[in-house]
Amino acid sequence: MAENTTGHVLPTPSQTVGPFYGYALPFPEGEQVAPKGHPDQITLHGYVLDGEGKPIPDAVLEFWQAAPDGSLKGAPGSLRRNPVTGGYLGRNGTDFTGFGRVATDADGHYALYTLPPGNAGLPYISVCVFARGLLHHLYTRAYLADGADPLLDSLPAERRATLVAQLGERRTYRFDIRLQGEGETVFLEFP
Amino acid sequence: MTLTQSDIDVEINDAQNAYDKAVAGGAPVQHHPPRDYAPYRSSVLRYPKQPLVAVSGGDPETVELSGPVFGPTDITEIDNDLTVQHQGEPLGERITVSGRLLDRDGRPVRGQLIELWQANASGRYAHLRDQHPAPLDPNFTGVGRTLTDDQGRYVFRTIKPGAYPWRNHTNAWRPAHIHFSVFGTAFTQRLVTQMYFPNDPLFPYDPILRSVTDESARDRLVAEYQHDLSQPEFSLGYEWDIVLDGPSATWIEEGR
Ligand SMILES: [Fe+3]
Repeated sequence: MAENTTGHVLPTPSQTVGPFYGYALPFPEGEQVAPKGHPDQITLHGYVLDGEGKPIPDAVLEFWQAAPDGSLKGAPGSLRRNPVTGGYLGRNGTDFTGFGRVATDADGHYALYTLPPGNAGLPYISVCVFARGLLHHLYTRAYLADGADPLLDSLPAERRATLVAQLGERRTYRFDIRLQGEGETVFLEFP
Repeated sequence: MTLTQSDIDVEINDAQNAYDKAVAGGAPVQHHPPRDYAPYRSSVLRYPKQPLVAVSGGDPETVELSGPVFGPTDITEIDNDLTVQHQGEPLGERITVSGRLLDRDGRPVRGQLIELWQANASGRYAHLRDQHPAPLDPNFTGVGRTLTDDQGRYVFRTIKPGAYPWRNHTNAWRPAHIHFSVFGTAFTQRLVTQMYFPNDPLFPYDPILRSVTDESARDRLVAEYQHDLSQPEFSLGYEWDIVLDGPSATWIEEGR
């Protein structure tokens, strides 16, 4: 195992998810993080767009968030399988796993059905973007409210706006992700 | 204008030389590929032009310092054996791929999900959009999942995937590879990558592998043939450890 001088082992490089993850990564109910029919369900949705503003039909997004009570412990059962047939059982309808995975459709659109995150500070859902053409995934955040926040406050106004989802009717939040160019989404690193 | 392999070779070598020169001049080693790597044409309109914004890693309320968890209900026992998922045996050279999932301190990441997907022995994915005229194998899908054990170890049984053509430029071929998707204990450690096989003659020509401009980092994407992992009369063994990057703040947490 390769080590550097500080004793840390050296990381495995990232490679693109490529175009053919579609039969491997997405799983039934990957977008349904909220138990079905939950009265507090919210929808986060939008388009993933490239540098020419064209929708990206082969992106896959992952979402991670605090439970409504603020817990960040998560729970297994996102990809729940039937041990007899190997088929998908889907989520068990009660545990909140905090994890969602959604591929964009032919229009570059995604939709996530979840519960409001209860993290300290402004509520946000963490987003990880994979796509053909992306050699290394990108992180961003979909904030469900605007207000005082160390990250948002560090950004100029027009860039700040790219991280704040817009509330529409029926508890629906619109959050577009622009990988490049005009209105480019703020992407994050965690040093 | 259709690009030839020699056009791409020039770009690959320019990027390689620029990186080598920068490191020789004291620039930091880059373990990951740059997102704007022109020889991989699909990247051109898909990388952010603004610099990434740093989130202070030390705040325990940073949601990304925790991450999703998976358990035995998320997989079945045969999910890690891609050779038994259909009625018959898949065509191709049977292999075992095994290794450890570690953090940057070398500690095992336990009980965490590893997913993989790959082409069949002929280099064809069981995916509608893969239209290259190589045969599909009715006995091979090419998707696997497993959880790491208490030592962080994973094991898959599968067949060796074939090389396949793609449309990045004229006569572009991907070296044989297996796609891996891996979770750590923090969302910031998330990794999607590809494992390659030793001594593949296609390595120098592939813009995706060559996007990792650091040679020793690139070598870490190549599995090692392990004779002890080979099973008599049955399969060949490859060993490949996966080390998750992530903010320094996560390295002090106990691995699951
Ligand atoms: Fe591939």
